[in-house]
Amino acid sequence: MESVKLDLENYRKLLKEYLLTNDETALYQAEQFSKLSVQHNISPEEIIHVHIEALKELYPELPREVSDSLNFLLEAMISYGLALQEYQFLRAKQSELESEISVAASMQKTLLSTVKPDIKGLEIGAVSVPANSMNGDYYHFVTDKEGTLGIALADVIGKGIPAALAMSMIKYSMDSFPENQRQPSMILENLNRVVERNVDPSMFITMFYGLYNPESETFSYASAGHEPGFYYHASEGMFEEIEARGLVLGATEHTTYQQFVNHIKKDDCIILLTDGVTECRVGDRFIERDEVLQVIKDYIHLPAQEAVDSVFKYFERLQDFHLRDDFTLIIIRKKV
Amino acid sequence: MGFNPCVNIRKEWDIVGARQLGREHAKELGFGTVDQARIATAISELARNIYLYAGTGKVCFEIINQLDKKGLKIIAVDKGPGIRDISQVMQDGYSTSGGLGAGLPGVKRLMDHFEIRSDSGEGTEIEAIKWVR
Repeated sequence: MESVKLDLENYRKLLKEYLLTNDETALYQAEQFSKLSVQHNISPEEIIHVHIEALKELYPELPREVSDSLNFLLEAMISYGLALQEYQFLRAKQSELESEISVAASMQKTLLSTVKPDIKGLEIGAVSVPANSMNGDYYHFVTDKEGTLGIALADVIGKGIPAALAMSMIKYSMDSFPENQRQPSMILENLNRVVERNVDPSMFITMFYGLYNPESETFSYASAGHEPGFYYHASEGMFEEIEARGLVLGATEHTTYQQFVNHIKKDDCIILLTDGVTECRVGDRFIERDEVLQVIKDYIHLPAQEAVDSVFKYFERLQDFHLRDDFTLIIIRKKV
Repeated sequence: MGFNPCVNIRKEWDIVGARQLGREHAKELGFGTVDQARIATAISELARNIYLYAGTGKVCFEIINQLDKKGLKIIAVDKGPGIRDISQVMQDGYSTSGGLGAGLPGVKRLMDHFEIRSDSGEGTEIEAIKWVR
């Protein structure tokens, strides 16, 4: 079949063919013509104009009423033509915005990037995937000369650009704290002040901060209303919720956070997560925390990074590859 | 000139009068049917804005005869409240989403040249030109 050309000559030919044969082929070509017209930004009133002209050439004796009625139709199509132009303009604008957001997202990635540290005797796995282009979850590893490992995990209630902006603030505040100030409760108290002063009260940030000391084999931590993580007892194959209570960051000016200490045994794991994991939605239903644990349990025998990746893939598949919330999962295993 | 170049806009009916006069000029100048319809729609939008937001005003026409081209200029003037934020009303989707029609961005698209002056409290003047192709 020959390709359809976008001109009066061709339209007239197609119209004539159709009027003669009433053939589906001509109608199919009319459809091609219509698609081509949209692609070339040709508005409906112009097509009607072409139609009128073609008709007049084919039927010079066209009754006045028919030709007038077609002019009437042309007039009635003008707003559709404008709507088409507006649509095209808005579509171009949308792709502009999208590319701007993707630049912001990659900038965020650079700003908030953290290196998974190599700590002797520890195995660390981490995965963090945003629901949209920008991530409202944030995790960061801090190491020092003594070989301690600090783990920050935060979640802004809400997602998208505002959440991402708030996260950058958290990261830079933490960077500005003095090196010797590593106590989880102190860090949260300081961050609480920063958030309270700088962030809109309608925005909440939950955060968990943990500090692993290899010398004493202890894990100290404090939580600002963050989704509780789990301690995995390898010998019994059992999970225990890491209990820590505390107000979300920024709720009041002065808040104190209680600090807890756990002794870590060989092969045990610390599992930290955000509510994007525990509040996975399947259809209209949130999955239960027990189901989350079961999934983690299924993969916990794997090396830490493989385990978190597998858990993520499982939930991604479960939600038809469409995350409802930013998803972050960290597993730290003591190897010796 | 042998015609009254302006139509006063006081009631909705006057919008039709403005369209009519504009279309006559467009025909005389040799605009095709599609452009005639576009010019008429632009006149409608401008006249309607006057009627809805300023109450009264006028739509005037000027035939431009230059060596290389001919065109029709529409001038819509009112002494209404003016437009506080022109960039907002010139934004796509601002008026259409409210179901008010093509709005000023529509007029700009329908015509070849578009200019607007407006001060809060001083009224609005819009000039739009379409060239004969």
